[in-house]
Amino acid sequence: MSHGPSAPPRAPGGAPGHHEPYVAVFTDGSARQTELRDIISRYPDKRAALLPALWMVQQDRGWISEDAMREVGDQLGCTAAYVKGVVTFYTMYHQHPVGKHFIQVCTTSPCLCAGADDVVKAFLEHTGCKELGLTSPDGKYSVIEVECLGACGFATPVQINEDCVENVTPAKVPEILAGLRD
Amino acid sequence: MADVRMINLTIEGRPVTVPDGTTILEAAKTAGILVPHYCYHPGLPVAGVCRMCLVEVEKMPKLAPSCATNVGEGQVVHVYSEKALEARKGVLELLLINHPLDCPICDQAGECELQDYTFQEGRTDSRYREPKRFDPMEDFGGDVLYVTNRCILCTRCVRFMDDVHQEPVLCVAERGDRATIGKAPDADLTQPWAANVIDLCPVGALVSKDFLNKARAWELDRTASVCTGCSQGCNNVLESRDNVIVRMKPRSNEDVNHFYLCDAGRLDYRWMNRPDRVEVPKIRMHDVLSPVDWETAYDEAAKLLKGKRAFVVASPSLSNEALFLLKRVITQTGGEGVFRCETGFEAPLPGVPDLALRADRAPNVYGAELLGFQRHDINPLAGLKQGDVLVLAGETLPGLDLSATTRASAIIVIGTVHVDGIPTPSVVLPIANVAEEEGTFTNLRGRVQRFLQAKAAPGYVRPSWYAFADLATAVGANSDDMNLPSVIFSALAQSEPAFAGLSYDTIGLRGGLIAGATAGAH
Amino acid sequence: MGYPHKSHPRETPVLSKHFGDPEARTLAGWKARGGYTALQQALQMEPTAIVDIVKASGLRGRGGAGFPTGLKWSFMKIGDGKEHYLCCNADESEPGTFKDREIMRWTPHALIEGCAIGAYAIGAETAYIYIRGEFTEPINVMERALAEARAAGIIGKNAMGTGKTIDVWVHKGAGAYICGEETALMNSLEGKRGNPRIKPPFPAVSGLFGKPTTINNVETLAAIPHILNNGAEWYKAMSLSSPKSSGSKLFSVCGNVSKPGNYEVVMGFSFKEFLYDLCGGPLPGRKFKALIPGGSSVPTITIEEAEAIAMDYEGFVEQGTMLGSGGVIIFDDAQSMPRQLARIARFYAHESCAQCTQCREGTAWMTKILERIVAGQGTYEDLDTIFDLSDAMTGKTICVLSDSCGAPVVSGITKFRGEFEALIKGRRSSTVTMPGVPTGSR
Ligand SMILES: Cc1cc2nc3c(=O)[nH]c(=O)nc-3n(C[C@H](O)[C@H](O)[C@H](O)COP(=O)(O)O)c2cc1C
Ligand code: SF4
Ligand code: SF4
Ligand code: SF4
Ligand code: FES
Ligand code: FES
Repeated sequence: MSHGPSAPPRAPGGAPGHHEPYVAVFTDGSARQTELRDIISRYPDKRAALLPALWMVQQDRGWISEDAMREVGDQLGCTAAYVKGVVTFYTMYHQHPVGKHFIQVCTTSPCLCAGADDVVKAFLEHTGCKELGLTSPDGKYSVIEVECLGACGFATPVQINEDCVENVTPAKVPEILAGLRD
Repeated sequence: MADVRMINLTIEGRPVTVPDGTTILEAAKTAGILVPHYCYHPGLPVAGVCRMCLVEVEKMPKLAPSCATNVGEGQVVHVYSEKALEARKGVLELLLINHPLDCPICDQAGECELQDYTFQEGRTDSRYREPKRFDPMEDFGGDVLYVTNRCILCTRCVRFMDDVHQEPVLCVAERGDRATIGKAPDADLTQPWAANVIDLCPVGALVSKDFLNKARAWELDRTASVCTGCSQGCNNVLESRDNVIVRMKPRSNEDVNHFYLCDAGRLDYRWMNRPDRVEVPKIRMHDVLSPVDWETAYDEAAKLLKGKRAFVVASPSLSNEALFLLKRVITQTGGEGVFRCETGFEAPLPGVPDLALRADRAPNVYGAELLGFQRHDINPLAGLKQGDVLVLAGETLPGLDLSATTRASAIIVIGTVHVDGIPTPSVVLPIANVAEEEGTFTNLRGRVQRFLQAKAAPGYVRPSWYAFADLATAVGANSDDMNLPSVIFSALAQSEPAFAGLSYDTIGLRGGLIAGATAGAH
Repeated sequence: MGYPHKSHPRETPVLSKHFGDPEARTLAGWKARGGYTALQQALQMEPTAIVDIVKASGLRGRGGAGFPTGLKWSFMKIGDGKEHYLCCNADESEPGTFKDREIMRWTPHALIEGCAIGAYAIGAETAYIYIRGEFTEPINVMERALAEARAAGIIGKNAMGTGKTIDVWVHKGAGAYICGEETALMNSLEGKRGNPRIKPPFPAVSGLFGKPTTINNVETLAAIPHILNNGAEWYKAMSLSSPKSSGSKLFSVCGNVSKPGNYEVVMGFSFKEFLYDLCGGPLPGRKFKALIPGGSSVPTITIEEAEAIAMDYEGFVEQGTMLGSGGVIIFDDAQSMPRQLARIARFYAHESCAQCTQCREGTAWMTKILERIVAGQGTYEDLDTIFDLSDAMTGKTICVLSDSCGAPVVSGITKFRGEFEALIKGRRSSTVTMPGVPTGSR
């Protein structure tokens, strides 16, 4: 896995083949299939449901594997390569399994000048994640830096899975971590 | 198209008139000005991403990407103004900051648009002081190797697979300076026309595994030719080094193959370099083939044919010229001419009308038919009568039951190699292969196309038209004046109504249509 | 009502009036506060009449470019037999900007009403609200509000019983700043990479799904019901800068400031008063030093320049910057400008869509140079290179993300050159390191 100078580190995946076999999400008769059909009906072109479909996969499987890309592609009439181009464009889609609690700290300038880098350090320290992008040994946490979360007035905002925690300071980190459900 | 409005503009001081809707880049071409560009390719949808083709258009607030800007009445365009040059210099510098500059080991060197434009317009130094980005190469499957570090992300390859091949197996992956060309693990570039991405790639990022490290571009001799892989007749360039064909590249022809060659065709050139050639004429003496001079061989052939029917099995890969003279031999002896053609699956290139790897895997099927040869794919020897002289002209009858050949009173082999299964024919006349001679083929749409000689023939080998002209003379159909392919073609055009009006001059290197044919790709 | 702080008496809360009031989120609560009367009225009008009112109001786009909204709407040819679309730009990813987030969190129905009116006015039956993926709470609030509005027949196949179809859907992004650029947003919505498109064709001719499309920012659309309810004259008269800029505007304030948050003031308001009075001035013991007042994409200004600004589109331009998205980023005297600008450059390098050479390579190169300077390894030539690089990156690409990287950096170097030179001279031993992965590896 390669990182650009400007890439936020991504959680590294295990070696290929170490993952559990992929279980399809949009199987016949499943609720997800119904949901996807409903979403497709909102657009004149079913490919418009690609981002929503990828969200469903990520919610159900935790990340988007190449098998998942193929499944989504099959559902929406595009190739796995096409889906890969899209998945890799958007930073919120995980291309590798990540920790149960995916902690994203904004470090863009407005937050940085309010001390976001100390918040990052505090999370790394208290989660046991050795480095940005690595998952903690217990598999519970991954910490990454992200770009502006659109909550700059509430520096430092930290997005933990679906929740945005505002006004985080290093001192609040242990309490925040303690409040996360296992 | 009388209703298309014509637009007048000035490019680099030259007045240009082009149809409305033409881009500035294309308009400049008509004035003989090539605006430097990378992502633009006339065969692909416009992307406008490399920003190399920026030109200054008076009254426009910003520099315009000439590939994506249409001409306008009265526009004044400056391709080489200071502003435009400065902008392109900037693009070149940026394209090079992470480029490995490994030209000495890059197959594209010498035919690389990054080299060319940098030489033309770039900086002589780089101000880049940071470590370069590094990514490993990736085998894309098929004939294609992706050298990631050299990629300038022009997306030509992606657009070709998406829009022309219509097999979207490539993508741009990631974004920012982490972007590379991506491929799904289960879809290699093995589609029938995929290797065209190698030619489309303006730099050495997509290279041919077949050609890898084989030769430097500047060492190659290039010859306009026609692919012999099927009846489509794609225009190509045979590239040779030291008399060995090392690569086949497409030669663009709007009416036949646009800018493309199929993978099967482009990679099928090694036979042209076969070392196991018949290099001298031979005749059978005491049941052994013995080398003789050409005159002796012709005399022997004429002697065998005297009073006999020539039953000719001709290859549909022989030129019109060769077949025309062969026909004289047939007519003179009251004989018969047949041919067989290998067939295979048909593989169209969806984005180009009427372009396909055709089921008929020979270049001159239509020509052979027009010249009176009968097609018998299954059993070409069926019409061979007792006592006929069997003439195998460029045909080796691979895999066929040869028991019928016992009906022949004699067998004359005229070809490039010996025929398996016929160890001792009466006469063997060695002729040149397509790379070693000049001639024309007639493609499936009736387009007559010239091919030129790319390499020297070995030994005493003669061009096929030469050998057939002499043979015709030897059997009494005087063809002494048939001493040049162009002359033969003129004679052919005069005596064969289908070819009436055509000549080497009129068909040039892009081909000409026979009477009654409708244009191919359009 | 203000949020997260109380409304300041000098604010003019139009859009933000109900921020922090959970009842305004519900349909009932919204109706009790005068909601959906504008839509009701609009659906009885000719679409062109609505466009005329919006034109007359002088409303200009709040997404960054300040394009007159009524004029933009008038580009849509009603009755051309084609499907039309409205896109609401809720991608809000411009660093320093967080106003659309609060509009959606607190007054989702205001946005739905604005979208419905907008869609009707431009002849569209479908509007998509493209919300950045990180905005999970705003998305949930919007989805809930849309479900309520749909159930109540306010939107849908028979909007407010008029027989007209107005569908409004939320489309969730997935982490890409560039999808805020209008054509990138359309590509993203269509299930593609969020690459900006070359223009022309413009969206009003060929936009979403190749059909005529209008795209507006959340704040722009949320203002529409108020304009319809109170009239164009009211909106214009509110502003101190009429007729060039009219109405009120939400400014997001962040960085080194006592009271970060959103403030709604009328156009033409004194920036000095805004900064020191409304926002509470600098943190104790600190002084304001520099600002990037319109989201991180606009030129950096000094506090002295800022104090002279009247807060409207022209006012910011006069001081060499832009109003942009209204995201005011403030740096005080404790901040290292090289470090902050390097971080801003890194943002653009991360977000470049990778199409254009100048942007893909230039943003990353600029980042590397700046980070090297911050690490104490810079040279004077590096500063010249940055200026040249910014030139090469400006005005030459498909969209202006490329320009946006150079704008704050080059102006920042010009105005705070001393800080850069100090690092270069090595006088200040720099222990500051950039967060993130080491540069140069890939
Ligand atoms: C790189 C880039 C990012 C942008 N991001 C946003 C954004 O997050 N939200 C937004 O409303 N407009 C954004 N814009 C502006 C939009 O392209 C567009 O001008 C705006 O949505 C139009 O709406 P308005 O006329 O109501 O302002 C961005 C523009 C660019 C070039
Ligand atoms: S591989 Fe070649 S053709 Fe494809 S994007 Fe890179 S440079 Fe362009
Ligand atoms: S389509 Fe036929 S003629 Fe064209 S390259 Fe392929 S084999 Fe050769
Ligand atoms: S300027 Fe940058 S973000 Fe905009 S289209 Fe070009 S590469 Fe993409
Ligand atoms: S900069 Fe951190 S949320 Fe905007
Ligand atoms: S050739 Fe015009 S932008 Fe690439």
